[in-house]
Amino acid sequence: MMEEKKKTFDASEAALLVKELNESFRTGKTKSYEWRVSQLKSIEKMVVEREKDICEALYKDLSKPEFEAFVSEIAMVKSSCKEALKELKHWMKPEKAKTSMETYPSSAEIVSEPLGAVLVISTWNYPFSLSVKPVIGAITAGNATVLKPSEIAPATSSLLSKLFEEYLDRSAVRVVEGDVPETTALLEQKWDKIFYTGSPRVGRIIMTAAAKHLTPVVLELGGKCPAVIDSDVDLQVTARRIIAGKWQANNGQACISVDYIITTKDFAPKLIDALRKGIEECFGTDPMESKDISRIVSSNHFSRLQSLMDEYKVYNKIVVGGQRNQKELKIAPTIFLDVPGDSQLMQEEIFGPLLPIITVENVKDSIDLINSKPKPLAAYLFTNNDKLKNYFVQSVSSGGMAINDTVLHVTVSSLPFGGVGESGMGSYHGKFSFDAFSHKKAVLYRSFSGDSSVRYPPYTPEKQKLIKAVMNGGIFNIILALMGWSRD
Amino acid sequence: MATTEEGKTVFDVEAANVLSKELRDVFASGKTRSYEWRISQLKSIVKMCDEHEEDIADALRQDLSKPQLESIVYELTMVKNSCTLAIKELKHWMMPEKAKTSLTTFPSSAEIMSEPLGAVLIISAWNYPFLLSLDPLVAAIAAGNAMVLKPSELAPASSSLLAKLLPKYLDCCSIKVVEGAVSETCALLEQKWDKIFYTGNGRVGRIVMAAAAKYLTPVVLELGGKSPVVVDSDIDIQVATRRIIVGKWGCNNGQACISPDYIITTKDCAEKLVDSLKKELEAFYGKNPLESKDLSRIVNSDHYARLTNLLDEDKVSGKIVYGGERNEANLRIAPTILLGVPQNSLIMKEEIFGPLLPILTVSKIEDSFDIINSGTKPLAAYLFTNNKKLKQQFLMSVSAGGVVINDTALHLTVHSLPFGGVGESGMGSYHGKFSFDAFTHKKAVVYRSFVGDASVRYPPYTRGKLRLMRALITGNVWTILRALLGWS
Repeated sequence: MMEEKKKTFDASEAALLVKELNESFRTGKTKSYEWRVSQLKSIEKMVVEREKDICEALYKDLSKPEFEAFVSEIAMVKSSCKEALKELKHWMKPEKAKTSMETYPSSAEIVSEPLGAVLVISTWNYPFSLSVKPVIGAITAGNATVLKPSEIAPATSSLLSKLFEEYLDRSAVRVVEGDVPETTALLEQKWDKIFYTGSPRVGRIIMTAAAKHLTPVVLELGGKCPAVIDSDVDLQVTARRIIAGKWQANNGQACISVDYIITTKDFAPKLIDALRKGIEECFGTDPMESKDISRIVSSNHFSRLQSLMDEYKVYNKIVVGGQRNQKELKIAPTIFLDVPGDSQLMQEEIFGPLLPIITVENVKDSIDLINSKPKPLAAYLFTNNDKLKNYFVQSVSSGGMAINDTVLHVTVSSLPFGGVGESGMGSYHGKFSFDAFSHKKAVLYRSFSGDSSVRYPPYTPEKQKLIKAVMNGGIFNIILALMGWSRD
Repeated sequence: MATTEEGKTVFDVEAANVLSKELRDVFASGKTRSYEWRISQLKSIVKMCDEHEEDIADALRQDLSKPQLESIVYELTMVKNSCTLAIKELKHWMMPEKAKTSLTTFPSSAEIMSEPLGAVLIISAWNYPFLLSLDPLVAAIAAGNAMVLKPSELAPASSSLLAKLLPKYLDCCSIKVVEGAVSETCALLEQKWDKIFYTGNGRVGRIVMAAAAKYLTPVVLELGGKSPVVVDSDIDIQVATRRIIVGKWGCNNGQACISPDYIITTKDCAEKLVDSLKKELEAFYGKNPLESKDLSRIVNSDHYARLTNLLDEDKVSGKIVYGGERNEANLRIAPTILLGVPQNSLIMKEEIFGPLLPILTVSKIEDSFDIINSGTKPLAAYLFTNNKKLKQQFLMSVSAGGVVINDTALHLTVHSLPFGGVGESGMGSYHGKFSFDAFTHKKAVVYRSFVGDASVRYPPYTRGKLRLMRALITGNVWTILRALLGWS
């Protein structure tokens, strides 16, 4: 059997692909309720029938524990499908809009229409759910879609390509695997929307490419998500929830993972003890041997994290953990106490199992520290103090927030999930996914009756007065103006 | 700030940098976030419009020879209405929106908080220099931001008046005006803003978005396009004609982003339509429209040359059926109708933005949809018909920012409708609450207490925990009970 030469996916291939998808879109196929439902049901079927394959791929790419794979990837996708199937008819309905005196008689509505052919660029840390969830949004809104999964999670990328081919309508939903050249080729085309999950650096490249075609974008990026810990908290629950939001979230490799902690000088030792105890309860005395924690995704990221740990400013600030195994790409849950603000660890998004704890005199000072950095994707506060809660919620700007927990807000589909500033633009989940891939078209209906000549030239001061009165909506003014006008 | 030879200060990159920092500092002080500040600014805008109505109408006359009625109604009254609506609704808009939570996060509560973005940049246009400067300003203020307005230099009297009035009536620390042309705009675009709101054309829209990409600044781009009017046969032709005229020549003499750009009708109707247009045009503007006070002039000689170029092209110069008169000294072009211009003529390729109205004819009225869809998505699309089926087909097949059935331009005044484009005609929207939302970050917040912490969430992961998690996520009570029993 001759070895097949793999076709390179270059700009001309990408152009062909967009053309195909646009043609498919123009036939109107993807707009129909039936098509959308059929695709959503297929995705559901795919997730149920192939759960094992999906978990295996996630294990291959990230050593992701089955529990995490189920809860954070499989279950998230399943519930997105379920909600979309349940709500689609309602989401697709035009929304009535109120009209007023100015346009009487008239009626108005806002019609949701698909954008066309859209591009979803996914990422490696939740390679399944962060690929399929946006695709669900795109399909729900009636678009033709291309998914470009991350090459840094190759087993999942390859599986997605295979599964989409098997389960979905390839005339309108496609996967393009590849690396930088393939992504660049795709970015050169004109899309009706681009949905990107990843880093701010690449987010800038995406938006710049999108600007050439005036393509709107959703950018789900990252940042340093802080967790502020007050002293009046239930320490055990707090510690567990921090662990859940850090080492249970793909071993800290998640955009909404707790990046660093701020607490008071007095409370820090108690918190560290509680975390140490919690880590042992969850991952055993030697977390390097635990099966319940993801590994570091690649040797590049391992080196990156290692250099964060080994920087002279911080290496002697380790209070928990610090073990590493390069061969197995493992780093133990590691906690640092009071690293300097200009250390690398406090400058860039960690995206790994390292947790710096910064101490302040007064817990309120934490807010200035957070606000001195770019706006993060999430911010967390643990406290029983209502006043502090209010102050935090009012003063800290972030994509989303959770009080007395971490990462959980991502599962609430009635909440928009997205960033602000450096952490991104746009949002999705639940109906926000549908909206993210829709154009809200304003429609005003008028009839031929009730045509007032006051609107037409030649303009007179009386007409002007009357129109003004109608627009101001005051019935008294209208009557006055009418009388004034008819006196003429 | 650099100084020119004449000692005049130049607004360069350094000055822009200082300005943006100032605005950022003011925003950080929290002043613009208060309900009181926002209301005070909105009320001041109303006061300003009332007290300087004549000055504003004067400036518009200088810049565009805009008729008094158009100035008062379409610029001032619209702005005042936006203010009044915002003042009335602001308390409600500022309130957090409760969001539903589910079993997976029980017990919890959630809400969506609206917070201002920070320091924003508004770049306005020349055709409605007051409306398109003040309306976005009202939006940014209502949402609690600090801002800088860059009015268009192509409407110099209006720009200068805005620069004089805004500091007098508004909080000049938080709301700034920068006059100037390309270099001043570039200096501003080199800064980091929390949002950029641009009204203008697609070419500059791309530049703005690319500049914004450097800082991951979200944008609203209100652009333009060729807004088509489809005219069916079984209609009240007089009413339709008058409404087309007022949407075209009654809107700044066709120099409006939502002006009817061209008409498509059937071969049979064309003659009747042309006759009706001629009749009504004469009724509105008299036998010498070049002398009519109820028509704006062409804004400047560049645009005058551009428009006469469109008229004088070989392909179309013989297709004029009405009008065509011009006066270069006064920058006036009479309302001009062309019949049967070829689709590859310049006048059918670019947005006209002037008093020229081409009419295309088709055999069947449905053929008009393909013509419209062969071009880029316009900001508005209009249909005159009594045929319900045609209305539905039009809505399904034609994508545009907004659509009006049996009228033109009016949807602009309906505050419950989002006003914005799609594709080449723009991204984002405003008016009414959409204005508030355009300058707001919707922050998701989840509140939890320390009670109700289920250990099922935490490692070590066991088969039992996974089973229970599955059950909890399905939300099915029986499955949960079974799993709980099995587990225990």
